Amino acid sequence: MKRIAVVGTSLAGLRAAQALREAGYDGALTMVGAEPHQPYDRPPLSKEFLLQGKAEQDGIALAITDDVAALNADWRLGVPATKLDTAAGTVVLADDTDIPTDGVVIATGGHARHLPGPSVAGVHVLRTLDDAIALRQDLQAGPENVVIIGAGFIGSEVAASCRALGLRVTVVEALADPLAPLLGPELAQVCARLHPENGVSVLYGTKVTGLSTVDGRVSGVRLADGRLLPAEVVVVGIGMRPATDWLTGSGLHLDNGVLTDAGCVTPLANVVAAGDVARYWSAEHDAYVRQEHWTNANDQPAVAVANLLAGRTITHYRASGYFWSKQYDAWIQYAGRTAPTDEIRIIDGSPEERKFVATYHRGDRMTGAFAINSPKIFTRTRKQLRANATDRSS
Amino acid sequence: MIRACSLTDLPPGESVRVVGPVPVAVFNADGELYAIDDTCTHQDASLSDGWLEGCFVECPLHEACFDLRTGVPTGPPAKRPVRTYPVVVSDGDVYVSVADQTAADNGTAEVA
Repeated sequence: MKRIAVVGTSLAGLRAAQALREAGYDGALTMVGAEPHQPYDRPPLSKEFLLQGKAEQDGIALAITDDVAALNADWRLGVPATKLDTAAGTVVLADDTDIPTDGVVIATGGHARHLPGPSVAGVHVLRTLDDAIALRQDLQAGPENVVIIGAGFIGSEVAASCRALGLRVTVVEALADPLAPLLGPELAQVCARLHPENGVSVLYGTKVTGLSTVDGRVSGVRLADGRLLPAEVVVVGIGMRPATDWLTGSGLHLDNGVLTDAGCVTPLANVVAAGDVARYWSAEHDAYVRQEHWTNANDQPAVAVANLLAGRTITHYRASGYFWSKQYDAWIQYAGRTAPTDEIRIIDGSPEERKFVATYHRGDRMTGAFAINSPKIFTRTRKQLRANATDRSS
Repeated sequence: MIRACSLTDLPPGESVRVVGPVPVAVFNADGELYAIDDTCTHQDASLSDGWLEGCFVECPLHEACFDLRTGVPTGPPAKRPVRTYPVVVSDGDVYVSVADQTAADNGTAEVA
C-alpha cells in the first residue's frame, strides 16, 4: 500500500495515523478533517473547558506539534469528505479535490443530534470545539436559567459545569430512569442523586415539545405537560448519529454506522472503520455493536490498521468497555459489559459517602466494575476483569 | 528534602502521594524506589492511584503510561513527561528531594 487516506481527524483518526507509522507504513498519508482544528480531546469540552481559564485550546490538543510533524502526513483540515468512490479509488472532498488512495480508514465519528426545527440563538449542542466555545460564551454571559435536555453523560457533565459557574440549572429527561439499562437501577440511582445533592433538579419522564423565543432568541422550553421552563440558554444532549452521509452510494453497508467484521474491516479489504462511526461484529455480544466511548476510539484504530496493512482480517477487536465521567466532585468509572439484572456487590467504601467500588456478577463470573472517587481500587478491579476475559478467551 | 513515609509503609507494588510544593508520587517497584510528579500530564489524575507494572505506572483514568526512571510517557494519551525526583532512604524513612527535580534517570534509590 502506497497511499492511505484517514478520513476523520479526531481521536480515532489520529490514533490510526500513529498506528500506521508505528507499524512501519512509510507511504503517503492524507488526513481529511471536517473541522479546521488539529486533533483535540473532546472529554474536557463538557467539563474543564466550560470553566473559564481551565483547559484552554492548547491544553486539549491530542498531540504536540513535533509528534504531528513526525507523522509526515498531508493534512486537509476544514474540508469534509463528500464521497468515497470505490471504483475510482478516490476520496472526494467538499472543495471537489480527489484524493487517490489504495487504502481508507473511516474515522468520521458522528454529529450531535439537534431538536427538530430551525436553529435558535441560545440553543446549543456539544460535540465539537466550536460548539464548546459558543456554549462557553453564552454561559459566561451569566444567564438566569439554563435548561439541559437529556440527562445522559454529556447533559449531566454540562449541568455540573453550569453549577460550578454558579448558574441555575434544570435538566429535562424523557426517560424515567435513563442510566438503569446501563448501570442497573441501584447504581443508576446513586448517579441520579448527584444532581439534587448539587442543587440541580432533574425532571424525569418529561418530554420537550418546543421552545419559546423572544426576538429570535430562546426564552423557554415547553414541556408536554404544558409547563414552560424559562431558559436563556438551552443545551441539547440527546445523543449523536454516526457521520456516514458521505458514504452513501459507496457500496459499504451503512446501518447506524459503517458495518465491519470483527476486525473493523468492511467488505472491501482496503477500507476499514474505527471509532464512533464503526459498527463492528462482536462475538462477545453476538451482534454488531457501535461504541461511543473515548477508550473505544483510542483502542480500535490499532486493530483496524493492522488488518488494513495485512490486506485481510488477522486480528479481532475486543472492547475494554471502559469509560469515565466527571460530575460535580464525583469521578465515575465503569468497565465491562453488564446487564441490569447482574448482582451488585460493594467491595470498598460506601455509596452514601460517594466513594466506593462495586462489582457486577452473573453466576460465578464478574461482568463489570463501577466506582465513584476510587480510582486506585477501581483500576485494580478493571485489570482483574481484563485478565479474566483473556483467560476465558484463551 | 521532604519525608514521604516510613519504608515499611511502602512495600513492593505500593505507592504513596506526598503533598509538597507540588504533589509527588513515590513508588516501590520491586524494591526500587522512584518519585515522579503525581499529576498526570494528560489530564488531572493522581498517578499514585495508578497501576504499577515493572517500572511503569499507568494513569488510573486514561491509561497513559510513564517510565518511572525517566518520566517519559510510553505512548498516548500523554504528550509530555512528568518530572522525576531523587529518593533517599535514611533511618528507615523515605525522603524525596523536590528541590532537585530532574528529567534524568537518577531518581532512584536502592532499598537495603
